[in-house]
Amino acid sequence: MTGDAAAPRRAPAPVRGPRTRPRAPKLPRRARVGLAAAALLGGAILPLFLASGGGLIEDATLALAYVVMALGLNIIVGFAGLLDLGYVAFFAIGAYTMGYFGSLFHINVNGGEGIHVLVSGVAAELPGIHLNFLLIVVLAIIATTIAGMLIGLPTLRLRGDYIAIVTLAFGEIVGRIAINGDEITGFGTKLTNGRQGITPVDKIDLPFLDPFTALNLRPWYWVAFVMVLLVLFVNFRLRDSRLGRAWIALREDEVAAVSMGVPAVKTKLLAYGTGAAFGGISGAFLGSYLNTVNADQFQFSFSIFILAMVILGGLGSIWGVVVGAIALSFINNYLIPDVLNNVPARIGLDFDLTQLSFGIFGFLLVIMMVLRPEGLIPERRRQLELQEGIEDLAVDGDDVQPAVRP
Amino acid sequence: MSEATSNGPLLVASGVTKQFGGLTAVDDVSFAIPRNAIVSLIGPNGAGKTTFFNILTGLYKPTLGRVSFDGRDITGGRPDKIMALGVARTFQNIRLFGTMTALENVMVGQHTRMKAGLFGSILRLPRVRREERHVRDKAAELLSFVGLRPALHDQLATNLSYGDQRRVEIARALASDPKLLLLDEPTAGMNPQESGDLTRFMERLRDELGLSILLIEHDMKVVMGVSEHVTVLDHGEKISEGDALTVRTDPQVVEAYLGKQEAERQRTEDGVG
Repeated sequence: MTGDAAAPRRAPAPVRGPRTRPRAPKLPRRARVGLAAAALLGGAILPLFLASGGGLIEDATLALAYVVMALGLNIIVGFAGLLDLGYVAFFAIGAYTMGYFGSLFHINVNGGEGIHVLVSGVAAELPGIHLNFLLIVVLAIIATTIAGMLIGLPTLRLRGDYIAIVTLAFGEIVGRIAINGDEITGFGTKLTNGRQGITPVDKIDLPFLDPFTALNLRPWYWVAFVMVLLVLFVNFRLRDSRLGRAWIALREDEVAAVSMGVPAVKTKLLAYGTGAAFGGISGAFLGSYLNTVNADQFQFSFSIFILAMVILGGLGSIWGVVVGAIALSFINNYLIPDVLNNVPARIGLDFDLTQLSFGIFGFLLVIMMVLRPEGLIPERRRQLELQEGIEDLAVDGDDVQPAVRP
Repeated sequence: MSEATSNGPLLVASGVTKQFGGLTAVDDVSFAIPRNAIVSLIGPNGAGKTTFFNILTGLYKPTLGRVSFDGRDITGGRPDKIMALGVARTFQNIRLFGTMTALENVMVGQHTRMKAGLFGSILRLPRVRREERHVRDKAAELLSFVGLRPALHDQLATNLSYGDQRRVEIARALASDPKLLLLDEPTAGMNPQESGDLTRFMERLRDELGLSILLIEHDMKVVMGVSEHVTVLDHGEKISEGDALTVRTDPQVVEAYLGKQEAERQRTEDGVG
């Protein structure tokens, strides 16, 4: 598959040799805070300038949901250094939580009367289980956190590439179960609806607000925006905490970290659990927003898509990952299908550009690795490592081992 | 401080054996570290010293034998738990967290002495805030204690000079308030002046902080100058122990270091002299 071309390796290898470009100037703190505030404010008022039911706001909302997932994956891969190639599993589990508890899927439950908890409008009349969206998000968080820790368990004794293989397998397993789940039955219900998908899914229903509709996308956008804010907040807080330092210590040198008192198992499981929870939140949102929970959404290429966002933006860099996610999401959902799609046809070639999406992502990643291996907005640490450290590395090799022994 | 709990030795290893496949790296070594003392473990390259260290700190499980620390059995315990009990170490090849600053490295060393959890950290409760400030201050204090200039505290560990990296590693180990400090060849790559400074520094740790130190060292001047007790390993076996003078004149030790012929030559020369 073309997705393989995009499969990225771990952190880019340190560049050797003389410095090739001047160090990026570090903005003063006040400027950075100002920039962040401006970006957030711009994000908050953006829908007012877009048609409330148009394609652009639709893409923007999707981009925000992807930002949430990319920030979750960033905790696992960027902070803790655990290369996870099966992140799609958490998207799937979050989305199926939405499907199970907010659709007609369990149509015979309660003698066909349905179960309704804190829902209004159409959903309150329908058979099946219908919980309030916020409750579903909580359930999705619980389910994905547990799933994240379960997938974490078998990888605890593994390092590097082997973690990637196990997580890849886990993602594949969840994807296969989603496809074949319509043949797995029990308790009078199927496990999934397979490729047909669970549809329709309840619209988000928040207290004090009317249930959302497919015609006005602004409320959806704002809900996604609030999710991004929350996840950003959690990311920043964790990064500068005891736990964040422990993640980075484990990423840098596991033996040294455990010898300094960092419990490897607990710390890694917390990374898997927290990262997975964000995938679950976003998955539940997307289940409702896309109005379908469909097995075709949960394939391997999606894991690579999210990972590419993290790497493009800058592994471990919170703002970088936000930018990377928005950029890739717009290239995938707007630029390629809406703007450039008929370019091949115009120059006489017989295919759509969308068929090449993953080839294009792979190409972008290769370009990035050559021109700016630390990502669009590099994490401070990696930037220093890749740029300031170059002189030392050229002399000592990439380890801190002493060259001299008495 | 530590004497209050009991008066026995701080650490006792009895009959410790470690086999890797068919190779016996450590063979039936028994060993004790008194409280408030500096003791050394020496031996030729490949004698099993570092393996022995790794057993004491929990990185390896011994094939046979027991290790107890401060009256508790720690045989094969998890490294982070052993660290929490009060055994801290440095590494032969410095293993700092390269992309963290010197200060952050030392803050990681205090991990086991901190309480902040996932939710406390997200909400940054007043308790967590206080703890964070305290840990940061203490880290800065420790870095100054080991002699790192304040200007370098926020430098990435990778970018520090070799000697400064050694200092940071010791500060990181001290950050957990250990009772026992294991130093694996701390003077490797140091000039005589720096080795001398380190020797005095170890004595300060013993006298001012009441620490016990176990030292693996190749520099005999350092070993003989500072240790109250020396144990010699060769091919995984303990071949000699005692005070510095006893060990230095033990023919088996001379043989292990210099080879049989040279040892005999020295012996005859001693006999003549």
